Amino acid sequence: MEKEKAITVKNLVKKFGSFVANDNLTFDVYKGEIFGFLGANGAGKTTALKILCGLSSPTSGEINVAGFDVYSETNKIKNNIGYMSQKFSLYEDLTVYENIRFYGGIYGLKLKDIRKRADELIQKLGLTNVRNELLSSIPLGWKQKLAFSVAIFHHPKIVFLDEPTGGVDPVTRREFWDMIYDAAGEGITIMVTTHYMDEAEYCNRVCIMVDGRIEAIGTPSELIKNQNAENMNDVFLQLARKAKQQ
Amino acid sequence: MNFVEINNISKSYGTHKALLETSFSVKKGELFGVIGPDGAGKTTLFRILTTLLLADSGSANMAGFDILKDYKKIRQIVGYMPGKFSLYQDLTIEENLAFFATIFGTTIKENYELIKDIYIQIEPFKDRPAGKLSGGMKQKLALSCALIHKPEILILDEPTTGVDAVSRTEFWDLLRRFKEMGITIIVSTPYMDEASLCDRVALMQEGKIMQIDTPANIVKNYKPELLAIKSNNMHDLLVKLREYNLNSQVYLFGQTIHFSSNQTINQSDLNNYLKNNGHTNVEISTSIPTIEDCFLWLMKQHN
Repeated sequence: MEKEKAITVKNLVKKFGSFVANDNLTFDVYKGEIFGFLGANGAGKTTALKILCGLSSPTSGEINVAGFDVYSETNKIKNNIGYMSQKFSLYEDLTVYENIRFYGGIYGLKLKDIRKRADELIQKLGLTNVRNELLSSIPLGWKQKLAFSVAIFHHPKIVFLDEPTGGVDPVTRREFWDMIYDAAGEGITIMVTTHYMDEAEYCNRVCIMVDGRIEAIGTPSELIKNQNAENMNDVFLQLARKAKQQ
Repeated sequence: MNFVEINNISKSYGTHKALLETSFSVKKGELFGVIGPDGAGKTTLFRILTTLLLADSGSANMAGFDILKDYKKIRQIVGYMPGKFSLYQDLTIEENLAFFATIFGTTIKENYELIKDIYIQIEPFKDRPAGKLSGGMKQKLALSCALIHKPEILILDEPTTGVDAVSRTEFWDLLRRFKEMGITIIVSTPYMDEASLCDRVALMQEGKIMQIDTPANIVKNYKPELLAIKSNNMHDLLVKLREYNLNSQVYLFGQTIHFSSNQTINQSDLNNYLKNNGHTNVEISTSIPTIEDCFLWLMKQHN
């Protein structure tokens, strides 16, 4: 049986003038999968992510996200995805509850539902005591967990995480991955970028981009075997270094 | 000989205690790492040492100069690369560098040898405004500007945050070279794996230093037994291992789960327990702790 696809990308090309940021990318992401998107700074990850989120138009290629076309159905894509970046999207001068209410409202949820789900969420994250505190006053690790929860608050089909764990302590980093696993278990497809190579090992499959192209794609254990490497860090260093020497 | 001495420095912002009686010393020519996550107090400490912020209490001296009385002297001998890019976005690469050289009464030419290895990589773009550079190029320019007056002490606040694994390795190679030139370096990072590249490190968490030592000694002093465990179902393995022994520390580490305990662990008992819980392909082996294992264990002791 063929696995259901959440994202299909065929021959994606994105040029900025004469510079080719994405050079003929082809890959699929399956439903409920944790898909790691790796690459050196400037490899073209952010360019591709923006296209998949419907924020930027490709130069050419066939791209379908959550069942919608990236040329003609960007609004539908935006309704069906969640996004969280390292420079999170939460408002520092709103309280914890206000941030949740704001995002629930943006995604068109009813206030009654927002209240109920916000209460459940605040309790689940252990934020009851700081419910009405400004976001600026709570620790980074809590903010990051909240930002992730807000990004999936409207039950999107796909969530894009752009370096979600930068700077947090090693315990919080792992708790964050527990949340990613839970979300994937509920059927949400996860596409995540990271510079922590141990986190690459936690993905179902990873794709490594080098100079705008896909250099390798597969499960972490496949890539480690193919490159004759010890771990994903070695795989990454081998592939990314090769590019620099060319 | 101690080149940098920090004695009981504390700093609060309102009710929030950012630094709690922090003390350590750094030898001349040492590459000293301050390792910890956001909120550990690294930036506060560095801003106090570079005389940009006043401590509430405590004292420190750098190359024999007091951070309060001799702040002007300290500013002449310290090179500082802040965590946030702080150069002039609308000046070009060359203009930024010339500006910092002039402020310190020198020229690019005079100290070119020192920055050559880094600057050569961005020199082709020297007429481009700093605001239009990629992250990696900004980092190289900021380091060049911090070095242009030939500082005795280099203070780098998270220079590798958000930087990919290849560029991070290259950056540490550069630091090694500056160390060989005799520059004393204090560098902070949230990446635990970078600790092993320092001569000595301070592991920091929530304003407190949990341990200071060489990376090798920190690993050597890790008391609990450490096992690396794998099975067919890693997610459930994590759950089952946590249920197995309440006094243990159980975390995912890449392809394996690290299982640490103060008590002696009988590997065949553990193996049977996992098999009885439906796990197949169980692999258990003793493992050498990483700095991250040590950090996690110390966090547990401190909480």
